[in-house]
Amino acid sequence: MLNLRLYMLQRVTALLMAPLVLGHLAVMIYAVQGGLSAGEILGRTQGSILWFAFYGTFAAAVAVHGAIGLRSIACEWVGLRGRALDAFMWLTGLSLFAMGARAVWAVTFA
Amino acid sequence: MRATGVTARAHPLWLAYILHRLSGLGLALFLPLHFWVLALAMTDPARLDGFLRLTEASAIKLAEFGLVFLLAVHMFGGLRLMALEWLPWTASQKTLAASAAAVSFLIATLFLLKAV
Amino acid sequence: MTQETLKVTIDRGPDTAHVQTVFDVPAYTNQTVLDVVSWVQQNADPTLSYRYACRVGMCGSCAMMVNGVPRWTCRTHISKVLRGNAVTIAPLRNLPVIKDLAVDMDPFFDKWVAAEGVHHGALTRDDPIAPVDTSTAARAVADAGIECINCSVCYAACDTVTANDDYLGPAALQRAWTLLNDAKDDGRAAILDAVSDKGGCHNCHSIGSCTTYCPNDLDPMSAIAGLKRETAKSLFQRWR
Repeated sequence: MLNLRLYMLQRVTALLMAPLVLGHLAVMIYAVQGGLSAGEILGRTQGSILWFAFYGTFAAAVAVHGAIGLRSIACEWVGLRGRALDAFMWLTGLSLFAMGARAVWAVTFA
Repeated sequence: MRATGVTARAHPLWLAYILHRLSGLGLALFLPLHFWVLALAMTDPARLDGFLRLTEASAIKLAEFGLVFLLAVHMFGGLRLMALEWLPWTASQKTLAASAAAVSFLIATLFLLKAV
Repeated sequence: MTQETLKVTIDRGPDTAHVQTVFDVPAYTNQTVLDVVSWVQQNADPTLSYRYACRVGMCGSCAMMVNGVPRWTCRTHISKVLRGNAVTIAPLRNLPVIKDLAVDMDPFFDKWVAAEGVHHGALTRDDPIAPVDTSTAARAVADAGIECINCSVCYAACDTVTANDDYLGPAALQRAWTLLNDAKDDGRAAILDAVSDKGGCHNCHSIGSCTTYCPNDLDPMSAIAGLKRETAKSLFQRWR
């Protein structure tokens, strides 16, 4: 169900995200102090190429990583095989990417 | 008739596996909601603020603690897995698995302490 | 003094309607799980089917699920597995049952071959015998791996095999890793291709039940990790 290419993609996106997750955790711990507001979040991210790159990379990597991970679960726990399994993976990945890209755009340049 | 269930799973690495799988599944299910709420910044900023005000409620705080824990435990569990696969270690895997969970819990607790 | 008895429950199939499944077996001070099964077959129900050959942990034919754990029954003392005075014995998991405690090992050995777990010779009988350097790290890995007795305990322990019938499983993949490290084997490309296919080593989630339960203390999980490293390396070499 996982071949070498999917395995490598899963590991490479994982390595890519490890520092991003640490950054995300740090931002959360910092930002949550004194409550959250749209103004505060947007004030930090709007118009910033740096945040766009950070969260853009994150969203793209998580779409790939999540789709491959859910593929394993769909195969082993749901019993999907063959084309249905491939279709499920692509649909999941593309949906995650579309939603993620939209969210990143919303808080940076929209 | 089936005389027995399977008890062959009762060892630490199996627990590390199931924790990694369930945390990954939880995160994947949460992500669409997370993305949708953030996209409100573009479509309906007032509603976004409404959602963010929800985070003041203690029930939501507890849920956030859970999410931060899932994220941390999945990351450290994943690093453990890659260390196990790519660095040819044999011993100390169980210690690694345990400390991964411990560090995750620490980070999540830190978040909770800051949040309240 | 009256002799103690063991309460032995045996999973029987496929036709289970009229067969006895619970037996009272006399306890002895020196008694393996296989002794218990043999006592039942010889004294209580001659129709009980099971499989064994060497009785000393070399042939790999007597593995069964004992209280839900896969074990070599000829080398497992009954006192180690009793709960009170009771024990349940079932056919190996992840393999089709032929009858009672005898499973069909064909899928297990088919996957052994599918993982290229066969000898790939480079020499003919006319060549001189190749010297084997016993001091290399690769040889140490191969020396460990050849101790596998094909008992299928790891295969029965593996949850990934249960969930994905394409998966080659720990024994076959460890065999592939052993050959990859054997200087006498010339099948590197074929092995790496075989273990990179859809049922290959990349399906392993490092749950580690194989290593936990291997009766010979082998480490299939680390062998599979070795295959993951070698296939990844070969991918980078192809890109260069």
